[in-house]
Amino acid sequence: MATEHGTRNPQQDRSEQGGLFKTSTSGRHALDWLFLVLVFVATMIGLVVLAVLLVDIAVDGVPRLSWKFITSFPSVIPENSGIYPALLGSLWLVALTALISVPLGIGAAVYLEEYAADTWLTRFIEVNISNLAGVPSIIYGLLGLGIFVNLLPSVTSGESILSGALTLSLLILPIIIIATREALRTIPNAVREGGYALGATRWEVIRSHLLPMALPGALTGTILALSRAIGEAAPLIVVGAATYITFAPTGPLSNYSALPIQIFSWISQPQPGFQTAAAAGIVVLIVVLLLTNSVAVMLRNKYQKRV
Amino acid sequence: MDPRETKEEEVALSDLSQERPEAVEQEETPAKQGGTLGMSVENLSAFYGSFKAVTDVNIDLRPHTITALIGPSGCGKSTFIRCLNRLHEMIPEAYAKGCVKLGDQDIYAKNIDPVSIRRRIGMVFQKPNPFSKSIYENVAWGARINGYKGDMDELVERSLRRAALWDEVKDKLKKSGFDLSGGQQQRLVIARTLAVEPEVILMDEPASALDPVSTQKIEDTMAELKKRYTVVIVTHNMQQAARISDYTGFFYIENMGDPGQLWEFDETNKMFSSPDRKETEDYVTGRFG
Repeated sequence: MATEHGTRNPQQDRSEQGGLFKTSTSGRHALDWLFLVLVFVATMIGLVVLAVLLVDIAVDGVPRLSWKFITSFPSVIPENSGIYPALLGSLWLVALTALISVPLGIGAAVYLEEYAADTWLTRFIEVNISNLAGVPSIIYGLLGLGIFVNLLPSVTSGESILSGALTLSLLILPIIIIATREALRTIPNAVREGGYALGATRWEVIRSHLLPMALPGALTGTILALSRAIGEAAPLIVVGAATYITFAPTGPLSNYSALPIQIFSWISQPQPGFQTAAAAGIVVLIVVLLLTNSVAVMLRNKYQKRV
Repeated sequence: MDPRETKEEEVALSDLSQERPEAVEQEETPAKQGGTLGMSVENLSAFYGSFKAVTDVNIDLRPHTITALIGPSGCGKSTFIRCLNRLHEMIPEAYAKGCVKLGDQDIYAKNIDPVSIRRRIGMVFQKPNPFSKSIYENVAWGARINGYKGDMDELVERSLRRAALWDEVKDKLKKSGFDLSGGQQQRLVIARTLAVEPEVILMDEPASALDPVSTQKIEDTMAELKKRYTVVIVTHNMQQAARISDYTGFFYIENMGDPGQLWEFDETNKMFSSPDRKETEDYVTGRFG
């Protein structure tokens, strides 16, 4: 072996092609394995914390759950307190918010992605929609108070479910718009061209091809958005949701409460009975959340299969 | 069989024209009995914003012929062909200037609806792009949105037969369009283009993404298609152009950054044996490409 260029370690270049590559890969595999362990631990930390929280809540709350709990009204006596009006209020809110925000969100996304020309105005709108997604929810509460409660009581009856739903819709609209736009963007242009080449209008291409293909992504965004809406308390309190209510909501224009608000109200009380009630309330909230999500997931799966 | 079939087409075609009276104010010239329309292009230039991609093309695409457009990459062949069905202008800031006639009608006239033009001038793209729907729906959709009122099952079968795909898919019409091989997908795209009863079919390198067997099938289909339609095909495959086309146009760019131009256009036999211009000869003999 030539040694003019200084000593060469025979260990290093025993490979047939020669060269200066290190033959032993054990160090590299060790690093690979270490990295695997680290990311696994990162995942586990999140899962374990979540599991501990859920188990803790379940242990406290599930024994308190009963048909009586679900159908009773709040009371000054902890044992008699029930979650009925808050549960109905939350269900009404989710339904109305979905009804308002989903068509608006998907419509806005379709306009911005498929129709709007790339002008400074469009880009300005896009940037601001992303910003709006990050605005604290209480600000939306103040906006809702100003517009829906104080400015438009003739339409919304002031502090009603409708005002709450409109406020929540504004809150989650940016999330739906962004998710739908992303879904539309992943559709290759070849699909659009194939449609136009057959003599279709833009709307025909959107309705028949783009919306069905974008629906799974849009629904995922909607799931995330609605989950956020179900859990909001602060903006609802600002627009007049009650913290203590003794009647069930009678319609969109009625006064109301919501699950997170009721839970918060109970936790703030000193009696341990209310703490238990709050834990049970949290369990109910999680169940409602899971039910809403499964509806959206079912819809998404249905459209994914069809496509 | 043929004259009867053509008669059906003619009736259905005028039905289609009547279904959308608001789309075209000028009277559309329907396909003549047993014939189709050709196209003629005068001084067509195409732009992307301020960049001129194609300059002053003059070409006659005769009915019932296959015209091949050849030339090195980047010479504006695809841009040019997309001006023929007004698809070029759908790219933001892109536009075309000049006169393109389908039969006697300038398709760029102010009162012409590009949507109705695109039905009459169909296009098959380089990469097969079936819709994510069933095979049946792929073929039926275009006809449906254009207001087809006849027997859809029959139209779908007829289109798939003309695209030489019927035998392979007749038992699985409900399956997704993506369940097919690349060559079958491309023939599905041809079938759906035929379903809206165009007069001209544009093909932008339709077989370049396909294997030789599929390519052969597509070429055989094209030979059949020219009996009913006018076909224009952009191709990089010179042997293919020589095999199947009646006329050939050679696109060329003199210097980098120049717009592409139609350097020479003639009958295929002449273009490949004794072309007039040196660059054409260099290209077809493979001296550059």
